[in-house]
Formats: sequence, C-alpha cells, structure tokens
Amino acid sequence: MRWFIAVLITSALYAQTPAGNAQKGKQLFQSDGCYQCHGREAQGGPGTGPRLAPKPIAFANFTKYVRHPAGQMPPYTARVVSDEDLSDIYAFLSSQPQPPPAKTIPLLND
Amino acid sequence: MAKSSKPAVNRRNFLKSAAGGTAALAAATNQANAQDTGRARPAAAVAAKEADPPSTLEVLTVDRTGSDFMVDIIKHLGFEYVCANPGSSFRALHESLINYGGNANPEFITCCHEESSIAMAHGYAKVEGKPLLVMAHGTVGLQHASMAIYNAYCDRAPVYIIVGNSIDAAARRPGVEWDHSVQDAAVLVRDFVKWDDLPISLPHFAESAVRAYKIAMTPPMMPVLLVADSDLQERAVPSNAALHLPKLSQTAPPQGDVTAVAEAARSLVAAENPVLVTDRAARTAAGLKLLVELAETLQAPVINQAGRMNFPSRHPLNLTDNSRALLGNADVILGLELTDFWGTVNNFRDQQERSSRSILKPGVKLISITAVDLFSKSNYQDLQRYPEVDLAITGDAEATLPSLIEACKKLLTADRKRTLEDRGKKLGAAHQEALERARTEAAYGWDASPISTSRVAAELWAKVKDKDWSLVSGGAWTQRLWNFDKYSQYIGGSGGAGVGYGAPAALGAALANKKHGRLSVNIQNDGDLMYAPGVLWTAAHHQIPLLSVMHNNRAYHQEVMHIQRMANRHQRGVTRAGIGTTILDPNIDYAAIARGMGVHGEGPITDPKDLGPAIGRALDVVSRGAPALVDVVTQPR
Ligand SMILES: Cc1ncc(C[n+]2csc(CCOP(=O)(O)OP(=O)(O)O)c2C)c(N)n1
Ligand SMILES: [Mg+2]
Repeated sequence: MRWFIAVLITSALYAQTPAGNAQKGKQLFQSDGCYQCHGREAQGGPGTGPRLAPKPIAFANFTKYVRHPAGQMPPYTARVVSDEDLSDIYAFLSSQPQPPPAKTIPLLND
Repeated sequence: MAKSSKPAVNRRNFLKSAAGGTAALAAATNQANAQDTGRARPAAAVAAKEADPPSTLEVLTVDRTGSDFMVDIIKHLGFEYVCANPGSSFRALHESLINYGGNANPEFITCCHEESSIAMAHGYAKVEGKPLLVMAHGTVGLQHASMAIYNAYCDRAPVYIIVGNSIDAAARRPGVEWDHSVQDAAVLVRDFVKWDDLPISLPHFAESAVRAYKIAMTPPMMPVLLVADSDLQERAVPSNAALHLPKLSQTAPPQGDVTAVAEAARSLVAAENPVLVTDRAARTAAGLKLLVELAETLQAPVINQAGRMNFPSRHPLNLTDNSRALLGNADVILGLELTDFWGTVNNFRDQQERSSRSILKPGVKLISITAVDLFSKSNYQDLQRYPEVDLAITGDAEATLPSLIEACKKLLTADRKRTLEDRGKKLGAAHQEALERARTEAAYGWDASPISTSRVAAELWAKVKDKDWSLVSGGAWTQRLWNFDKYSQYIGGSGGAGVGYGAPAALGAALANKKHGRLSVNIQNDGDLMYAPGVLWTAAHHQIPLLSVMHNNRAYHQEVMHIQRMANRHQRGVTRAGIGTTILDPNIDYAAIARGMGVHGEGPITDPKDLGPAIGRALDVVSRGAPALVDVVTQPR
C-alpha cells in the first residue's frame, strides 16, 4: 500500500514536469550561474554543490528547492528566474548523458 | 682615532675608528659609495670628487663586519637556503652570505617578491620540518611579505625572517634610505609573528637569533622576525672580538597532562562510536604512524581535514567522505590539532539570516588536544568560534599520542578488542564503499571540456603513482582518488587562506624535496598564480624540479560564487556575477608565461584526451631536474 502511494505521488510529480527546451536550459545553466557550484555539466563540484544530472529530483521538488533552498544554495526567486527558465534548465539536466561506469574507466581503478 | 674630513663624526665612523687598526686604510675608489644615495648625481661632480685625493687617510675598507658574524650565527643555525628579494637595508648581510659565507648553507635563492620568499619558506618548512631563512627590506619588503607571514602563522609553520633597517637617523643616506627606515619595523607584523627582536649589539643579535629559532620551532610553530640594523651589519668587528655562538637547545614539544590523557583514553575505549578528527596533527612522519596506531588500537574512524599528511587515504579506517554521518552519530569525538572544532561539529548556513545548528547527538563527549591552546593573540581572528569541548588537553598532539595510545592499550580487554575488531570490519567496508562512490562520482563529466577536476586528478595520478611523489599544493579530488600513504606526500594548505600561497609554497616544498629526489606535483590555481608569477623564473633560475598542472577555471571562482550569492539574495542581476571576478578577455596564456620565464610550458589544454600526453612530456622535463607547467582549462571546481 505504501509502495502504491509512493508510485502515485512520484508519477504525479513527474506528470507536472513541463516540457522544457534543453538547449536553452544549457545556456541558462551557465548564464544564471548554476554551473558555478554544480559544474558546467551539472556533475557536481567538490565542496560546492551536489551533482544534479542526469536524473534530477522531481520537478516540483526541484522548483521548490531552487526558490527556497533549505541548505546553502542561494535562492533563485521568480523575480530573477522565470518558471519557464526553470523548466528549460530541468530539461537540460534530464538530457545529460549517463557517463560510462567507473569500473570501465581504467584511470579510475588504481 | 682617524680624522674625518667631515665636520661631524657620525656613529658609523666613530665606531669604525673605535675598532682600531683592524680596518684596512686603503683609499680605493668605492663605486658603491658614489651610487648609494639611490639618486643620480651629476657625472661631473662625481668625477671632480673622485679626482680629489682625500685630505686625510680616511677608513674606506674593513676586514670583518658585524654581518660576517651574523653569517656565523646563520650557519650555526643550519639554514640550507636563504630566500630573498635584494634590498640595501641588508646589503652587508647579503654580501657576507655570498662571499664570506660562500653562498652555501645557506645558498641564496633569488625571489621576485617578498611574498614569494616567505611562502617558499612556508612550503619548505612543511616538507623539511625546519625553517629556511628569509631576508627582506624592513619596510617595503616586509609590507610585501606580510600576507604570506600571516598564512604561515595561521598554518603553525616556522619561518625565520631577518629584515634590514637603518635605525641611526644621523647616519642614513639622504633619500631612499630614509624612506626605507622605520622606528619599529616589526610592528607591521607583530600581531602574527610569534616573536621579534631588534638587537643593538652583536652578542644581543647572537642570543636573539638562537632564541628566535628555538621559539619558532616550539609547537605551535610560527614565524619569527629579527631586525638587523644596517649599522650593526656594516660596522667593523675587531678580529680579536670575543663573540660567542650560543648553544641552540630546541624545546621538547609539550605533552598533554597525564591525568587528562588517561581520562581521554577511558572515554575513547568505552565509546561505541568514537571518531578521530585530524587537521595539523602529524608534524612529522612519526606523527602519521602514531595516528594509524591510535586508530587501529581503537578501531575508530578517522576524518582527515588534511592540514597535514595525517592519515593514509586508503586506510580502511579513513572515512573522511562519511564525515557528516559519523560525527552526527558519534558518542566521543577526539579533535587533534583542529583549526576549527566548532565548525567541525556545527552546520552554518550562509543565508540572509545567518544561522547555525549543532550536528551532534546529545551527550556526545568532545575532547581536544592542541598546542595552540598554549599561545593566543587577540587582534587577528584566526582563532575561530569558541568550541565547547568537555576535555581540553593542552599539548602538542603528536607528542601526546604515545601516552594516549599506551593508556588506551592498557584499558583494552580481550573482549573489548573483539568488539572493536567487529566495528573495524564494518568501517573497512564503509571505506571501500566510499572509495567506489568517489570513483563513480568522478566519472560524471569525464569527457567534458572544460576538463573536469576529477579527470585532471585521475590523469595526473596515473602518471605519478609509481614514482616517489609529493603533492605540494592543491587538488580537492586528489584526497578522494589518490593513494596517500607517506608523510612526504602531502603538506596541507595555506593556513590563512591568503591567496597567492599556492605557487610559491609549492616551489618552496619542491626546493626541499629536491635533495630527496622526490617528484613535486602542484595543482595550480590561475588566480593564485597571478599574484606573483615571478616564482616561475625563480624555479627556472635555480633549476627546482616541479610539475605544475593548472586548475585554470579562468576565474577567481570562489568570489564568483560569493557575488552570485549576493545577486540572488538581492534578487537582481544574477547573470552578472562574472564582473570583477572572472579572468577572461583576454584569456591568460599560462604556458607562454611559463616559457617566457624559462619554464617548460604546454597548453592551454581543453580536450581531456590531450592531457595525459602533455603531463607525460612535462614529467620528462621535471625528471631532468627542471620545472614544467601544463595549462589545463578546467571546470570551476
Ligand atoms: C590575498 C587575497 N585576496 C583575495 C582573497 C579573496 N579570494 C578568496 S578565493 C579567491 C579566488 C582565488 O582564485 P583562484 O586561485 O583561481 O582559485 P578559484 O577560486 O578560482 O578556485 C579570492 C580572490 C583572498 N583570499 N586572499
Ligand atoms: Mg581560478
């Protein structure tokens, strides 16, 4: 039952994900300064910000956090980043490719 | 007494004369005399003056000076090098070092900025465990040096500084010597040196020089400063003068109180979830071994804040990556030479309303061991917020570890040992998971351009791992990906976060590593290098082998993030944080800068595939004993 509700909630959240423009989102991710802490590929930065891509948190949670962060992140209010821009950024995050597994990269195995 | 042609007998001439017949009376033309006002004189006037025979036999030369004796003292203290940018306030000492002293032990290292001289000494001290000598002009030179002195002070590193000054106003050359003289030279840095003195006689200089060394080397170690008066340097010393080299007795480092150490041991052995946190805990290779022994005795996790090479990165008990969770679950936390115990156990939020909260669970016992409790100053606030610890053991952590380990071992029953071994196994598994997690994270952005910092660390590691390497500056990912297991492999950071430390400290460390045949590796931030890039020339001139790989994010990136934070908070201009904070337009060609200073330079590298080969070529240069730099355009962090 709990599992069923969780699926419902999750799919409800994803259902609200607007279709954004990933290309535009990529530009906004740089120009709005997201890259500063999260890296230009949203791969995360040591000590600055977590990795965000390729599977970002649900869109509703993403928006909520960006608007009113609970941690160290500076807030991006609707006055400086529109909802539309956020959905483009979200589309960029979702479109990032999954990297090869570390196990297959020799340099990461010694 | 020799008669002077001048109406007034100044102090220097008076003392010269008082030295009796020791000074040679040759009346040779002294070019330096003609030039030493620092202001040009009309050529005709000079020629006329020099054509005039002196009316009396003036004392123009001298066999032995105070500065020669200062060199005796300097050699007595065993300095290998002297780093300096030249300055006339210590011209006699400079000349004595290179001629009387033979420019060996110490050997002169020409620096292009006094900040570089000090930061080189700072890096050197952390590798070699002892200071080198820095000389500086007492006013402008010391002003340049001051930030680097502050870094060394905050980083508890011994740096030994001699500055020149001309105290006797009646004897100063007109012009620049006045500009470069000061009543109290040391006041400029007194808040962040451990001790300073202004000796007025050679016996005074001798005692203070030895005392300064002893003070600098007593934990907490810090910079010290001596003012060498130019008259004291240049004054004649009779050959039969009874001058003595005082014995250097170094202080045994202070150990924690036995009763308090026993109490700490009881808490640690009884704890279910003890955590050891290290920052500047290991002062020497022995400290690293002792920390391993303590962790293994207790089977306790170690969180290494890496102010020094405290703990092997791949040791199963190294759980630095799990810091937050471990601290939150701890019942006893032992902090060893922490800079910021409060910051370790509290979460601070930098929002419009600044706030903080403890990350600890109730009832946790906090124990600190630090020598810094023995030394406090008021003005500069590197002391950090007041930590509410339960047991504060005043003493040097490394010196206290043997008794703490012994006390813990005495308390361990066979039963307790078995329980601890079980805990150790779980921690070992958690360590392995953390390493795998780090590698997984490192793969994100693997092929990105600008190149990811994890890729830079991994490419570099592949090239150095089979050599006797020493990471002398920078590199966040290195701590997670590289296998650090020897003391000489890491030296910690700047201490005071005064940027501009990295490049010269790396070179100073490389200077120390040179005679041990170690490969020094520096991950070099762009902003840091631009404060005083002349260190590249110093590296080339003195053939100091050092591999520098740029972390060139084309920005003062830390500050980009701060300005972004303000723009967001003020809800305006969130796209403009690069103004005043980025280093673009034009992009700086660091490889060309390096080549221009005689250093092998490659780059800018933007394709990750080109990085490994470029590092390989640079390493060939370094293995032949020269410095090399590879410019890599990187992700911000
Ligand atoms: C002497 C000094 N000036 C200014 C600062 C403020 N500051 C802190 S970090 C930083 C940027 C340093 O740039 P860089 O070395 O390239 O490192 P990055 O932040 O880009 O990683 C600056 C200017 C400082 N700490 N020290
Ligand atoms: Mg930078």
